[in-house]
Amino acid sequence: MNGENCFADQAKLLRVTNLRSGYGRIPIVNGLSFSVGEGELVGILGHNGMGKTTLLRTLMGYLPTSGGRIEMSGMDITQRSTTQRARAGIGYVPQGREVFPGLSVLENLRMGCFLNAEPENKVIDEILTFFPRLKAYLGRIGGALSGGEQQLLALARCMCGAPRIVLLDEPTEGIQPSIIEEMISTLRDIGKARNLTILLVEQNLNFLSALSQRILVLQKGMITSEISAETARDPALIHDFVGMA
Amino acid sequence: MTSHSLGRFLDQYGGAGSFLSVCLLLILVMFGLPLFVSTFGLLQVTILAVMSIFALSQGFVWGFAGIMSFGQAGFLGLGAYAYAVAVINYGDSTLAVPISIILPMLFAAVMGYFMFYGRISDAYVGVITLTVSVILFQLINSTSGSQYRIGVVELGGFNGIPAIPPLNLIGDPSRPLDQTGIWYATMGGLLLVYSLLRFILMSRFGRVVVAIRENETRAQLIGYDPRLFKLLAFVIGAGIAGLAGCLYVNWAGYISPGVFALTMSAQAIIFVLVGGLGTLLGPILGAVLIQWLINTIGDQGTVDPGLGLGIILVAFVLLFPKGIVPLVQAAIQQALTLRKRNVGSPLPVDADPLQSGAE
Repeated sequence: MNGENCFADQAKLLRVTNLRSGYGRIPIVNGLSFSVGEGELVGILGHNGMGKTTLLRTLMGYLPTSGGRIEMSGMDITQRSTTQRARAGIGYVPQGREVFPGLSVLENLRMGCFLNAEPENKVIDEILTFFPRLKAYLGRIGGALSGGEQQLLALARCMCGAPRIVLLDEPTEGIQPSIIEEMISTLRDIGKARNLTILLVEQNLNFLSALSQRILVLQKGMITSEISAETARDPALIHDFVGMA
Repeated sequence: MTSHSLGRFLDQYGGAGSFLSVCLLLILVMFGLPLFVSTFGLLQVTILAVMSIFALSQGFVWGFAGIMSFGQAGFLGLGAYAYAVAVINYGDSTLAVPISIILPMLFAAVMGYFMFYGRISDAYVGVITLTVSVILFQLINSTSGSQYRIGVVELGGFNGIPAIPPLNLIGDPSRPLDQTGIWYATMGGLLLVYSLLRFILMSRFGRVVVAIRENETRAQLIGYDPRLFKLLAFVIGAGIAGLAGCLYVNWAGYISPGVFALTMSAQAIIFVLVGGLGTLLGPILGAVLIQWLINTIGDQGTVDPGLGLGIILVAFVLLFPKGIVPLVQAAIQQALTLRKRNVGSPLPVDADPLQSGAE
């Protein structure tokens, strides 16, 4: 299964063909193919060590590709640098939040506005309507926020750049449940308001099924099947697919 | 004012108080000192201001842009030689001053291009900058003889270039500045450089430079090209060091290859370390304290200044690794917190924003 079955009528924003990458000589992503349509919310599910993070890092240009092709709106970006991929419209919120801990929340958000042609203040005001919790902390340094708040800040900062597709790497890792709920509604709202495309890597099945329209199952660096969000909500069925519940 | 706009206001103008205080202090010293100090005394404090500018160049490049430039003396020397050669050839300092700033910037642009676009790692940037300053030292040192001349100026090898004319009023070489005038020019330069760096750091460019220092990859993810921003910061630092070189020549009246020496680069690093890495006031404070100490030790002749500097460096790295300014800031912060606790906070303990933020 190549992950292209559903949403075939939607314009393909991101198309990955036979992608291979890894660390040094160790292959992690083994000839993986899928595509994501404009405005789609696609989840990627898999155990630890199956290549989820490696896939996102390769898509973002952190790791070099050893084979295959990555296209963004039909443009081949396989050999492009991380900066160029960000400029092509790929936003990335890596695992572990990665806010600028020494900069204030406002400065973090301003940093994210670089790729947005709109006036900085307007962009930030708009983004803060989706992230009301951050309004109270604008002057506080990023490093002093809780893990959940840092995750919201990382998401908000990414959105400030008006990306066309956002790659989210396990955003719920180590986050308190109340903020996870907030994150789900925020991402839904932004996705709806901006026709945002999201590629989400996650192990939290509730989060994944709440947000995704379809879910790609990743095993040993390959997409082995595609399931619906409903399937992901059923512990018995999910056990059949990935051996986890 | 909503909490959002209040936050933005504080963010924008919160640091303005300290900036204005430092500027006011510099202006007071600039105009006040000549009223109380003799010409000889002014000559002695002028070098402190020159070294403060030099320290700011190191402080910006290293402390804010995170570039381990261990050869800032190379740019200081280039600025000094550029001024000396230009002012003697033209007989006027009007063009010599911008030349002394632009030449090191051009040199840094070429050097920085190969370092940053060649993806040289931080440690090797340190090695390369240090090596280039040593090469420049050796190069200028070996220019003895009348064949090594630029225009009418003989570079003079180890002996350097003597009798360099001081700054004159813009466009009027018949009116050179006296020692007091050089003092005003140097302090004006320091004020200008400090303000310029403050404005740069408040700007979007400055934020990106600091963000790249914090995490280059994160900055790349948002679309910034770290190579370009590092290059620009490196070039700005070189221009400031060049200005310091120009003012150094004006203070000394002659120039020798000693300005390129490793001890000069090491001094700048010690100024920044002692004063406080990642601050602007720190390098100024470090330069004044250390240079004053070097002068005093040198006068007494009891301890070798190099040995003294080494002891200070080791002591600070071991005891106060953050430097004086961050240490004082932390002490003031602590005192204020203690005072607030003693007075009694209207907020319950669990409303401490830092505590509520912790997970």
